Amino acid sequence: MNDHNHQSGQGHGSLHPHGIEEPPVSSVRGIPLVELVEVSSSYGTTPALQNVSLKIWPGQFIAIVGPNGGGKTTLLRTILGMIPATQGKVLLRGQELNRSSMERIGYVPQLETIDWNFPITAEEVISMGFFNKNRWFGGIGHEERRKLQNIMARLNLTGLGSRHIRELSGGQQQAVFLGRALLGDPELILLDEPTAGLDIRSRDDVIHFLHEINHHGVAIVITAHDLNWVAAHLPWAVCLNRRLIAQGRPQEIFNAAVLKDTYSGEMIVFHHDGMVMIGERPHAAHN
Amino acid sequence: MSLLVPFEYEFFRNGFFAAVVVGALCGFIGVYVVLRRMSYIGHGLSHAIFGGAVLSYVMNLNFFLGAGIWALLAAFLIHLISHRRWVGADAAIGVVTTSSFALGVAIVSTHRSFTRNIEAALFGNILGITQNDLWVVILISLAVFLALLTIRRQLLFATFDPEVASAYGVSTGKIDLLFVTLLAVTVLASTQILGVTLVAAAMVIPPVIARYLTQRFQTLLIVSPILGASCGAAGMFLSFYLDISSAATIVLTSAILFILLELVVLTRRKNPISKGLNYY
Repeated sequence: MNDHNHQSGQGHGSLHPHGIEEPPVSSVRGIPLVELVEVSSSYGTTPALQNVSLKIWPGQFIAIVGPNGGGKTTLLRTILGMIPATQGKVLLRGQELNRSSMERIGYVPQLETIDWNFPITAEEVISMGFFNKNRWFGGIGHEERRKLQNIMARLNLTGLGSRHIRELSGGQQQAVFLGRALLGDPELILLDEPTAGLDIRSRDDVIHFLHEINHHGVAIVITAHDLNWVAAHLPWAVCLNRRLIAQGRPQEIFNAAVLKDTYSGEMIVFHHDGMVMIGERPHAAHN
Repeated sequence: MSLLVPFEYEFFRNGFFAAVVVGALCGFIGVYVVLRRMSYIGHGLSHAIFGGAVLSYVMNLNFFLGAGIWALLAAFLIHLISHRRWVGADAAIGVVTTSSFALGVAIVSTHRSFTRNIEAALFGNILGITQNDLWVVILISLAVFLALLTIRRQLLFATFDPEVASAYGVSTGKIDLLFVTLLAVTVLASTQILGVTLVAAAMVIPPVIARYLTQRFQTLLIVSPILGASCGAAGMFLSFYLDISSAATIVLTSAILFILLELVVLTRRKNPISKGLNYY
C-alpha cells in the first residue's frame, strides 16, 4: 500500500536519476501480481540479471527493452521459474513461486524457437494450453472445446484450426501461441519478442490482440527491440541491461541518457506532438 | 495361388502376427522417435540389447528377462548422460551402446558355439517365433501402446516445445525418462523379430512415409502404425513367396514404399499444380 500512497497525487515524478517509477495509480491495487526482489541470476559464471527489483501489477501492460544479452528473456524465464534466481526472490501474489502458481502465468516463446516443420495444426497447438491442468487421462471435453472455439474466434482464427502452423501468416502464428497461453485463464502473460520478424500489418494484428486481452484484465509483459513501436503502443516500459536502468512511460524514460545507459550507444530522441521517436545516430556523427 | 496358403504353416502364422503387431508398435512409437530426432537412440538401443542378449544366452537366462534388464539399464544410462549439458545426446548414445555391443561381440568371440543364435539376434528370427513368444510380444506391445496413449498429451507438448512444456508444469525430465524406457521395451520386443540391425528402420521409415501424407499430428499417430503393420504383413508374404529373409523383406518393403513416395513428390514438385502431399 505504500506504493499506492507514494504515487497518489504525484503523477509520474521521477524517483531515480533515470526515472525508476511506480506504475500509474489506476493499476496499483493491493499486492503486486509478481514482484522481483533484488533478483540476480546467471548462466554458469556469466551474470544475466543483477539485483533487479520490479513489480508487475494486475492489468499492467509492460514492455521490457534492452540490448541482446541484456537479460530480457532471462527475466521472463526467472518469473516462470525456469531459471532459478541465484539471489533475491520472485513472489507471485506475495507468495514464493510454486507449481500451482505457474498455472496463473501464460508464456509465449519467441517464434524463432518453434520447429515449423513439426506436423501440427493450429488447433493442436492451442489445445496444449489445457495441459497445464496436469491431467494425465481423458480428451478434450465439450466445455473445453467450446472454450477453445471461443478463444480462436477472439483471435480471428476461426476456420484456421486445421491449417498447419506454417501455413498461417506471422500475425496468425503469434495468435495461435497466444491462444495456447490464454486457454489456462492466466492472470499474466509473458511474451518473448512477439513482434520479431513480423511485417507492419502483422505487428498491428498482434498489438490489437494484446490490447484486447489486456482490456479484459490480463497483465501482459513483453520483450521488444523496436523502441518506436513500444513508444507508440505501450503504456509502460522497463529498460534493462542486466540491471534495471529505468521504468516508466516510454515518452518519459526514452531519453538520450537512459538509452545510452541501456544500449551503451548514442541515440537521437525526437519529441513531436506528444509522441517520442528514437533514431540511431549515424556512425560519422561520433567523430 | 491363394494368399491363405502360407497360413497353413504355424511358423508363418506366428511370424505374420508378430510382424503386424511389432510393425504397428514401431510405427506408433516411431512418430515420437522421428519428431524428437531420436532415431539414433533407437538404433543404438537395439545394438545395446545385443550385449544383453548374448549375456542372457551365456547365463541361460530368458531372453526377455536378461536383455530387458540390460535394455532398461542402457536406456537409463543414455538418459542420465544425455541430460548432462556437457555431453551431447549422440555422444552419450555412442558411449553406452557401442560399449554394450562390443561386450556382446567379445563374449561371442569366446563362445564360438552359438553362432546361429547370434545371427538370429543380429538379423532377426521371425520364423522361429513360438506361440509363447508371440504372446509376450503382444502383451509388451499392448502395455507400451497404453502407456504412450496415457502420456500422449504431455509427450506431444514435451516433443513440440520442451522448454515451454516445463513452464506449463509438464515434468519433461520424467516424460523423457519414461519415453526412453518405453523405447527400450519396444526395441526389446522387436529384436527377436527384426534383429538388432533392422529394428531402427521399422521405427523410422513408417512415420517418415506418414509424414508425407498428413500434417496433423493425431492423424500421423494413426497412419504411421497402419503403415508399419501393413509393411510387416506385406513383407511376410513377399518373404514367403520370394524366399528372402523375412526381417529384411519387411524393411525393404517399407523402404521401397518410401522411395516410390519420394519419386512422386519429386515429380509433383516440378508440377505447379501439385496437391495432397506435404513436402516440408
